[in-house]
Amino acid sequence: MNEQDARAAVRAALGKVAPDVDLDDVDGGARLRQDLELDSLDFLRLVQTIDTATGVDIPERDYPAVATVDGLVNYLAAHG
Amino acid sequence: MTAGTEPSTRWPVIRKDPGSFRVRPNLVDYEAARAAFSWEDARRELTGLPSGRGLNIGYEAADRHVAAGHGGREALRFVRADGTTHALSYAQLAEQSSRFAAVLRSLGVGRGDRVFSLAGRSPALYLAMLGTFKNASVFCPLFSAFGPEPVRQRLQLGTGRALVTTRALYRRKVAPLRGSLPELRHVLLTDADGDPEPGTLDLAALLRAAPPDSEIAATQPSDMALLHFTSGTTGTPKGAIHVHDAITAHHATGTFALDLHPEDIYWCTADPGWVTGTSYGVLAPLSHGVTSIVDEEEMDADRWYRILAGQRVSVWYTAPTALRMLMKAGAERAAGHDLSALRFVASVGEPLNPEVVVWGQEAFGQPVHDNWWQTETGGIMVSNFAATEIRPGSMGRPLPGIDAALVARDEQDKPVVRDGQAVLVTAPDTMGELALRPGWPSMFRGYLHEEERYRKCFAGGWYLTGDLAKRDADGYYWFVGRGDDVIKSSGHLIGPFEVESSLMEHEAVAEAGVIGVPDPVAGEVVKAFVELRPGWEPSEELQLDIIGFARKRLGPAVAPRLLDFTTALPKTRSGKILRRLLKARELGLPEGDTSTIESPPGTAPQPGTPE
Repeated sequence: MNEQDARAAVRAALGKVAPDVDLDDVDGGARLRQDLELDSLDFLRLVQTIDTATGVDIPERDYPAVATVDGLVNYLAAHG
Repeated sequence: MTAGTEPSTRWPVIRKDPGSFRVRPNLVDYEAARAAFSWEDARRELTGLPSGRGLNIGYEAADRHVAAGHGGREALRFVRADGTTHALSYAQLAEQSSRFAAVLRSLGVGRGDRVFSLAGRSPALYLAMLGTFKNASVFCPLFSAFGPEPVRQRLQLGTGRALVTTRALYRRKVAPLRGSLPELRHVLLTDADGDPEPGTLDLAALLRAAPPDSEIAATQPSDMALLHFTSGTTGTPKGAIHVHDAITAHHATGTFALDLHPEDIYWCTADPGWVTGTSYGVLAPLSHGVTSIVDEEEMDADRWYRILAGQRVSVWYTAPTALRMLMKAGAERAAGHDLSALRFVASVGEPLNPEVVVWGQEAFGQPVHDNWWQTETGGIMVSNFAATEIRPGSMGRPLPGIDAALVARDEQDKPVVRDGQAVLVTAPDTMGELALRPGWPSMFRGYLHEEERYRKCFAGGWYLTGDLAKRDADGYYWFVGRGDDVIKSSGHLIGPFEVESSLMEHEAVAEAGVIGVPDPVAGEVVKAFVELRPGWEPSEELQLDIIGFARKRLGPAVAPRLLDFTTALPKTRSGKILRRLLKARELGLPEGDTSTIESPPGTAPQPGTPE
């Protein structure tokens, strides 16, 4: 998928898992765990939500690559 | 009665051969260790303040080891995000914590005053904790992922006089509520870097200017040292008071339940914002003089295996949720890592399912030893031990010095007391409320400003834990469930009332009922049932809006992860929400006696008013 679709998918998934986060206020380099304060259960749900919505399964070994908002967008763009 | 889950089949017992262990366990013969133990002897394992000036946790955790010639030993080894480490020796910890005590003194923070922390796992948090003890002040750690509401509530209830925090956390969670915290005189930023926020102080600068060697305040074993907030079914969080003598129990339980030996590299993964991270992430290991690993980052399976292997961790204390996440990631993730240094693995937080106990052997080469305790007990009470067999799914047996029992409950779930004595369940495999005979040193000494709630925890000569359990014929205890409506998620207790109150502040919410529903990773997750005010219609958008609203106030650890709309919350005639009926319906369990319900299911009640 292109970057725009990937960003939309991330926005939709984050909106479901952490509706307290306003992505318009968030820098692309923001770290999901530390800066957006997603806890480990949130993160698992985020990965599952993205899988369901886009069919992109993010394996555990790739978690470091999707630690930031931009990292996650780029990952989806490359794998979706 | 709260429904509990019990393994339908007993898993094979895991037997041990302590003779073949590299390190001889501290407890080899369980009965002999219990018979030989006394708390008086346990106190003699510590030294007390020099010149008989009392007992101080800060001294026992740091200065004592310096006096014994071990000042150069690493006390805390911090692992940065990039995997590199930096350490504090016992000598540095002793000196820096004395400086922190001097800073408090210079600010007029004194004996019995509460010093709070809201910070990540950086050195400042640890030296602030020990320095607070050395100033005879009381330390109260908060979890840094709490939202502003739990932070405000705890600072107010505990009358926090000083707060140690970071710039980012201060800006996000404290600055907006500073006006509602008139008792909070001083905010010390750990990362001010010469440029503190308005109304705050630069902790590093103050530490540099403070004397390194002022005398430790004299404290008695019964002096208040720690305040840990915990949640009950109703009302505000309760501040459990612990005293300096608690270190006697931290030390003894570190010996028996965690099998700590002086040469150990030990890693407790709990954050000091929770009681486990304080009792066993800081106090027990430091009292033993071992080297503790502190991960500055959040959980990640590969990172954790790298730390276990790279730091040569020998004793590891972690939590069921984390273990289940590792299990989900697969044992093969452990395969590339040399875990040969690891000799003992323990877990606490919620009952550990047998699958995980056994899986530990595959992943770590060690079974996982479950143990049981809670905020009020201050330390481990029931445990599986390094040398003794494991019955997977059992929390183990009471520690030396701990008398446990099961108290019978009547139909109203109240303890049965006859002639002033609690009636105990003695038949094997029969459920009762897990109870402990008061008298161990880390027992809580009160809930701050709430004598009545404290008194209610005791009946017929026993402390009642609120947990329901069974004991098999050989004395092993098996957790059954909570005896009240408190939710246990990722090992943390969550009070439904706190969550409901916060939800009802949302403009669309008329009333809310909150329960825990089973979750394969977290044990339970928080689920809310919400009645809407007139004029509001259920929609996914509103559902997410309410969840987001609660997360902003409470933080992700406490806010509901699931939310359903309902038109009729089941209530008693007096208007109390029947959470256990909500839960029974959610789980498809028998609803039990519903004669006290105010309105039959399906009948729309009058819209409620937020409290």
